[in-house]
Amino acid sequence: MSDVVEKTLTALPSLLSLDSQPGAAKLSSTSKLGSFIRGITELTSKHEEEKLIQQELAAIKDQASSPNTSMRQMKELMVRAIYCEMLGYEASFCYIHAIKLAQQGTALEKRVGYLSVALFLNESHELLLLLVNTVLKDLQSTNLIEVCMALTIVSQLFPKDMIPAILPLVEEKLTHPKEIIRRKAVLALYKFYLTAPNQVQHIHNKFRKALCDKDPGVMTASLHIYLQMIKENPEGYKDLTGSFVTILKQVVAGKLPMDYNYHSVPAPWLQIQLLRILSLLGKNDESTSGIMYEVLDESLRRAEMNHNITYAILYECVKCVYTIHPKAELLEKAAKCIGNFVLSPKINLKYIGLKALTYVVQQDPQLALQHQMTIIECLDHSDLIIKRETLELLFRITNAQNVTVIVEKMLEFLRTCQDDYTTMDLVGKVAEVAEKYAPNDNKWFIDTMNTMFSLGGDLMQPDIPNNFLKLLSEGFDSGEGDRKLRRFAVDSYVSLLQGEPGNLPQRFLQVISWVLGEYSHLRTDLEPATILNLLAKLLDLKHANSETKSWALMAMTKVCESEAGMAVLQGICEMHCSSMDTVLRQRAQELQNLSLHAELRAKVLPQDISMEPLEVDSSLSFLDEFVSEALAAGAAPYKAHHQRQEELAQEKVLSLEPYSLSLPIGMSSCSFPDRQSPTLPSVSSGLSGDSTDFSHKASATTLKLDKVKRVWGREGYLAKKEPAEEPALIEAHSPVHSADQVGEFSISQSQTSPPTVAAKQEKQQLASSLFVGLGSQTSESLMGKSELTPQMFRRKDKGQVSSLEVGKQTPNSVIPPPNSVDNLLCSILLDSNTDPETSLPAPKQNGIALLEGGQPESDMKTLETSPTRDSGRMAAETEEPVRTKDICLASYLPADCIGATHSEITPLCSSQSVDLFACHVHKEDCLVLVVFISNSSATRVRLLAQLDSEEVEVSCICESPVEEVRSHYVEVWQYSLTVKRPSVHLVVSGLVSFHMATGTPHTAKFSYKLPLISFIRPLTLSTEEYGTMWLAFSHDTKQNLTLITGVQDPLRATLNVLERKLHLHVVEIIGMEGIVACQLLQDQPCLMHCRVHAGTLAVWLRSTVPDLPDCLLYHCQRALQEH
Amino acid sequence: MKNELPKLEISEKEGAIPKRKCCDIKPQKVLLNAVNQSALWSSWRMITFILMVNRQGQTRLSRYYQPVKLSQRVALEADVVRCCLSRKRDQCSFVEYKDFKLVFRQYAALYIVVGITDDENELSVYELLQNFVEVLDKYFSRVSELDIMFNLDRVHVILDEMIQNGHIVETNKSSILSPLTALDKMADS
Repeated sequence: MSDVVEKTLTALPSLLSLDSQPGAAKLSSTSKLGSFIRGITELTSKHEEEKLIQQELAAIKDQASSPNTSMRQMKELMVRAIYCEMLGYEASFCYIHAIKLAQQGTALEKRVGYLSVALFLNESHELLLLLVNTVLKDLQSTNLIEVCMALTIVSQLFPKDMIPAILPLVEEKLTHPKEIIRRKAVLALYKFYLTAPNQVQHIHNKFRKALCDKDPGVMTASLHIYLQMIKENPEGYKDLTGSFVTILKQVVAGKLPMDYNYHSVPAPWLQIQLLRILSLLGKNDESTSGIMYEVLDESLRRAEMNHNITYAILYECVKCVYTIHPKAELLEKAAKCIGNFVLSPKINLKYIGLKALTYVVQQDPQLALQHQMTIIECLDHSDLIIKRETLELLFRITNAQNVTVIVEKMLEFLRTCQDDYTTMDLVGKVAEVAEKYAPNDNKWFIDTMNTMFSLGGDLMQPDIPNNFLKLLSEGFDSGEGDRKLRRFAVDSYVSLLQGEPGNLPQRFLQVISWVLGEYSHLRTDLEPATILNLLAKLLDLKHANSETKSWALMAMTKVCESEAGMAVLQGICEMHCSSMDTVLRQRAQELQNLSLHAELRAKVLPQDISMEPLEVDSSLSFLDEFVSEALAAGAAPYKAHHQRQEELAQEKVLSLEPYSLSLPIGMSSCSFPDRQSPTLPSVSSGLSGDSTDFSHKASATTLKLDKVKRVWGREGYLAKKEPAEEPALIEAHSPVHSADQVGEFSISQSQTSPPTVAAKQEKQQLASSLFVGLGSQTSESLMGKSELTPQMFRRKDKGQVSSLEVGKQTPNSVIPPPNSVDNLLCSILLDSNTDPETSLPAPKQNGIALLEGGQPESDMKTLETSPTRDSGRMAAETEEPVRTKDICLASYLPADCIGATHSEITPLCSSQSVDLFACHVHKEDCLVLVVFISNSSATRVRLLAQLDSEEVEVSCICESPVEEVRSHYVEVWQYSLTVKRPSVHLVVSGLVSFHMATGTPHTAKFSYKLPLISFIRPLTLSTEEYGTMWLAFSHDTKQNLTLITGVQDPLRATLNVLERKLHLHVVEIIGMEGIVACQLLQDQPCLMHCRVHAGTLAVWLRSTVPDLPDCLLYHCQRALQEH
Repeated sequence: MKNELPKLEISEKEGAIPKRKCCDIKPQKVLLNAVNQSALWSSWRMITFILMVNRQGQTRLSRYYQPVKLSQRVALEADVVRCCLSRKRDQCSFVEYKDFKLVFRQYAALYIVVGITDDENELSVYELLQNFVEVLDKYFSRVSELDIMFNLDRVHVILDEMIQNGHIVETNKSSILSPLTALDKMADS
């Protein structure tokens, strides 16, 4: 490695020297470009601009299409077009000329051609295909500059499918004598790695060579690839740690050539890159971390130089020190470093210091204590972004004891915040900490939520109000505590509505309606009529939209029991029964009918509180009969909206893709019309299932759908990454001001203290309330004995209980044991002696056992599962855990897969609390790979997967695969598989990246093996057809197989075995000869001719597909051996 | 921190370029949806775009490293410029904007603004801008706004050498300039 630095880089600009005075500032104001630019600078209004550009575009179009235009002029035209696009006016007619210019131009003209291609087109643009040949030619050019240009464009954008065409050429350039070519080749490969990692897998050892290149530029470029690869798989590159450390050491010691210096700091960006790599390698790895301590120490020491760029390096260094396995001495130095940052008068440094601190307190909350006064000052900083970053920091150190103060600070910021995105983000955070750490104080919680709803307005994520309502409805505690909270909420909302609800946001009004509808009976002192009148007030609000109004109507339906309100109700019903809005009209009808029939109402809307979740048949299977009848009567099969769209789109768009690529879409959209047998229950429930999404949506928050799987799909009720918020102190101008708010919290005490009290003291007080509970015993004793505030909300996660504890459900468990992870977390907080293992929910252990002990059996074995959930559960009660899991997961199979044979569900990979399983489903016309993602953690997990295979074409069936899995939830990905190249076993490999709510994202690899047989389907045809096809096929193979003996008709018996095991179709048997046909999905026939000869079966296979006969023969052999 | 490096100068007097009326730039809400939707890797720290804008809000150069529709760009740029122009000298050079951050630096009447993802190192990008301007200065020998306008293609070529796909790929000034000077030489001969 040392030769990296030994070698001086004098040769670098060898391509040419820099002495020529560049053709700068040739202000050719007489040229067209010149006058155009002059025109632009003289613009005074948008209108003029538009006029000028339209003129210009017309002129460019005119000139570009003229055959006499020289390449030199074309170059100028392109620059003008770039200007137009830069100002926002599309110049799409130029795109083809840009490609032409890249092809035909020379030197700078060519470069401008490539440049405009890069600026005009995106990676998926069809025209890019036209560039492939030009790139190929330039890569082979003897002119280094042209090679350079080609490599540059390739590393910017290149059609993914065409990478194999140029890959060998680019690879070859890795050994080119010129550094610049090698460097650019490495960057091009980096790009390939990003777009199609599998394509460059075979060159990984060449990357190592690039890392050891004698030219620092090439080495730097290779670091990009390594950073990426190490991020995906840190384990695989631990052996390189020493090399990275050596490189960093040499860079820090200034051994690189001078021109790598920036303001006399040696190669700063390279240092930053290396530090990032080191922190990835050293994370959770003591021995690897050990190798880097020395160089990190050195880096920290070099920090004395007073320049921004050294601080940028320091920041990265501090992050690294706190990411890798800790070493006390280094931590101390890093902490000191952060201190210098945050105390700096320079605002940019302060900002970066706060950012570092925010990162660091997650590892070591005590550090916040050291800087508490600075943090307090930053809270009042005049620059909003500093304030914002400080709140981010506070958010990280929130605990049960300081939550009220921190939330207050956040709400204060929210009140002044103008920016929608910030509001959204912050509201989410307020909600999260308020729910997580709420002290045992209903008033505080409800008031905080009220303020948050008012401030967050309609910007907030819909899951915040949903979570809040869920919390209220499911309760958290004993019945009494729940009652109190609900009662308090009702009190609060009644007084709000009695005031002036006019400026409350829609979401808040909806929450209010729901709570009043559900729980107003807790206020025995209030007549239902009063509540009705309050709700009726909402209907009259000018700004209430129809969604809010229907919430209000729903609420009224729930409370309308007494006679008293009838008059009001009738008026309302009449008004809304003729509304233009169908939902509103329906609600009004419901209200009208139910209010007249008290008995029916009591049945439909039972009062409170039984926590029994409603069972909802999400597949709407009770409609199957109706659907079948309709279909039999000639109705068109239902197609989901997106399918119809796809079909429409397909008709319009000219497909440039090879046939195989368009298959998945075609398949999913065609599969329904293909099925002509409407009586298949699975088909019809699949069909009607699609439509349920919509019908449920409207009433989403009022139905308890916990038991229902999949209905909530993607847009459902997201788990609470962004939980609800809780302002404690409400300012006078707040619409939810409540009168009796006196200083319950330290912060309000400081506000009420006389103004003469020194500001400093105030701040200290604030500090003590902010940083309480952050760590050490000493700090706690300073504050006095700080009681561990009992956690208020131990949410019962019913979804988890019901979906995972299959088999041991007691039917009357009205209040399931609170074993959600929320609770887990707080019990750990409260009592650090609690062993988290012991409180892990039992099902999780099942999952682990499955992974350790569950041995995937022969992948050929298939398992018929019963399509209904009921029998699935019955089986679960009696069978061992592995089967339980299998069947549990099997119930998540997509509706259209139920009924089809599927393979055993086998574990793929797992990461922390997320487990992936997979099975393949044999459908008549395709093979579907189903991946189950089971998330047993308490937080949402974001996942992205890339599946790839050399032998199989993998395409995702759904338009947008699920990217988020909620807590204790199972999601399903479906891929349709088609064979690209037959082989005995086909392997699909994949890469999943997990983004947990906490912790850094990481990735896992997996592979899934399928036998070729899964792709074989019978092919029904006549003997004549067989004959014609036989002659047309070119790939064949012959072999003798063993015949089944000891039966009357050995040939028939043998063929029957093959037919059964391999899904072949026996076309005809004549005497001692038999013909058999099958197809490989999709539509690739394979024919087999068998003849009994001398006690063996002489088999002759023919197909259009190479390798298919051989592979099939192998399986025939095995099938007969096993028999 | 000393700033000895040559600052970008405007060869014409300020004001020679007529001011566009402020009301022409209407603040518009643009969500950079595309930023979140690209492939797996794009969530990794990176630069999402770089802009050069003058004080009147006119774009002098723009380069996007993630797909943003042409129609959205104008609105986005206007929004971004508004964000940066409203900052005072003593305020932070980093601004939060939607779900990413802006890092900007002012050279005479020209602002250079970079959009970065949240996990990128702001300070290093801030210095990268200085490096970029120093490279331009070296090539154009005392660069001005007009140099950039009349040599847009060359500025892009320089930028392409420094940043690719949103990642910083080269910072050595001579390496950055060598391909371009080679081209100029070829054109001259």
